[in-house]
Amino acid sequence: MIEMTNVYKKYPNGITAINGLDVRIDQGEFVYVVGPSGAGKSTFIKMIYREEVPTKGNVKVGEFDLVKLKAKKVPFLRRHVGVVYQDFKLLPRLTVYENVAYAMQVVGKNPKQIQKRVLEVLDLVGLKHKVRMFPNELSGGEQQRVAIARAITNMPRVLIADEPTGNLDPETAWGIMDLLEEINNQGTTIIMATHNSDIVNRVRHRVLAVENGRIARDQEEGVYGYEN
Amino acid sequence: MKTRTFWRHIKESFKSIKRNGWMTVAAVSAVAVTLLLVGSFIAILMNVNKLATDVEEDVSVRVYIDLAAEEEDQEALQQNLEELDEVEQVVFSSRDDELSQVIGSYGDEFGLFDGDDNPLYDVFIVNTAAPEVTSDVADQVEDMNYVADVNYGGATADRLFEVMATVRNVGAVIIVALIFTAVFLIANTIRITIFSRRTEIEIMKLVGATNWFIRWPFLIEGALIGFIGALIPVSIISYIYLSGFDTIMTYLSGTYFALLAPNPFLVQLVALLLTIGVVIGSVGSSLSIRKFLKV
Ligand SMILES: Nc1ncnc2c1ncn2[C@@H]1O[C@H](COP(=O)(O)OP(=O)(O)OP(=O)(O)O)[C@@H](O)[C@H]1O
Ligand SMILES: [Mg+2]
Repeated sequence: MIEMTNVYKKYPNGITAINGLDVRIDQGEFVYVVGPSGAGKSTFIKMIYREEVPTKGNVKVGEFDLVKLKAKKVPFLRRHVGVVYQDFKLLPRLTVYENVAYAMQVVGKNPKQIQKRVLEVLDLVGLKHKVRMFPNELSGGEQQRVAIARAITNMPRVLIADEPTGNLDPETAWGIMDLLEEINNQGTTIIMATHNSDIVNRVRHRVLAVENGRIARDQEEGVYGYEN
Repeated sequence: MKTRTFWRHIKESFKSIKRNGWMTVAAVSAVAVTLLLVGSFIAILMNVNKLATDVEEDVSVRVYIDLAAEEEDQEALQQNLEELDEVEQVVFSSRDDELSQVIGSYGDEFGLFDGDDNPLYDVFIVNTAAPEVTSDVADQVEDMNYVADVNYGGATADRLFEVMATVRNVGAVIIVALIFTAVFLIANTIRITIFSRRTEIEIMKLVGATNWFIRWPFLIEGALIGFIGALIPVSIISYIYLSGFDTIMTYLSGTYFALLAPNPFLVQLVALLLTIGVVIGSVGSSLSIRKFLKV
């Protein structure tokens, strides 16, 4: 499903963030990406939805060959890959409802379908009662849940989350985690970069440890393995 | 584009105009002020030009017919004059007509010359197609048979034409410069309002929107801002022009000077200002978002 072979990424400033990385992730997996700060986790993740393009090597996501993918086709890749950002990236001028609906308008869904589905996912993340609020009227955890709702509304095959629990209190973080589990149970691949050892150690899944731009450890039902 | 998506874009741009609040107000005012400036200058300069043209067109070549000319000589001369390429119109004015005109303007002292005592010549009044060729025409006419004398204001008229040409060129330069300034100012204001929204555009891109899906609402929004911004100077200029036109024309009545009539001039000016507003608004905004789309 997702396949990276011999991938290198050197940023224009000369930093080599990914340094010969190989990995294969199958449909339906739940994968934690762990590793020290600056190891290249975010860079690795950005290459999956083509916010960054590798300097060398191959990246395949489903039928998309991301190295050969034309700029014009990138939006179509992104519709298959839902992304949850650490800083949420919600549209500030749109309400909660409109933020989620935006992702569906982009695809050209009709207003009836959109309304039904948006309310459905907002119900799933427990925010149905706040549809008319603007992002700046929500708490961090609530914004993160809107971001998740938006990421899954088009039923992507892959959901990527870069530190989705990064700046949330433990309880809210667990709430988000339950949500991701539920989404994974419906068959969506989940790739989650995290520094949360508690979550990684208690809800066991495959662990990819990234160090110096390479996979240092690839372990089914793995542990976090770093001192925080 | 699906019709549904089209309506979505329209709705979205209106919503954005509303939600952007003071940013919209700032952009609209910038457009309004700039176009007010451009519009007023165009109105003034075009009318100065019109008055200049009126002055120039009043210059004609007077061809005095030799007293020895028989009727057929005179007809031949008229034909020769009419055959000149640059000549538009030849009007005959008999010595009696000339005399009564002189009496009309200078009084009855000339009354003593009556009938055969009339010291004046029969005259052909020749109007040229373009004022600049007046002196050429005069030169050519001078060599024709039965021409006693040619008069067109000579040096004075030549000087006038030179001044008018300068006024015209300077006016054209100012108008072009003003339009450029307007384009630049409006495009820049829109660029600034959009710059504040670049993260929004990046997010839209990350959510899987195509460039055109993002661009359309911005383009429509820009066009609307340009249109609303242009409506303000258009109403001000129309009001002032229409009331000013009547007042000034009353003063000018009886002279050969006239301002440009509101139809078509004002109509064209209004169309020009609205077009500048809409085109720069839409093109400016779609160009401004271009570099943020590369995510
Ligand atoms: N846009 C960029 N331009 C230049 N260098 C970058 C850029 N993004 C990341 N880097 C560099 O690449 C390296 C890897 O960064 P990356 O963000 O992938 O690390 P990370 O594993 O996500 O770290 P963290 O756990 O702190 O989020 C770092 O040395 C960083 O300085
Ligand atoms: Mg990171």
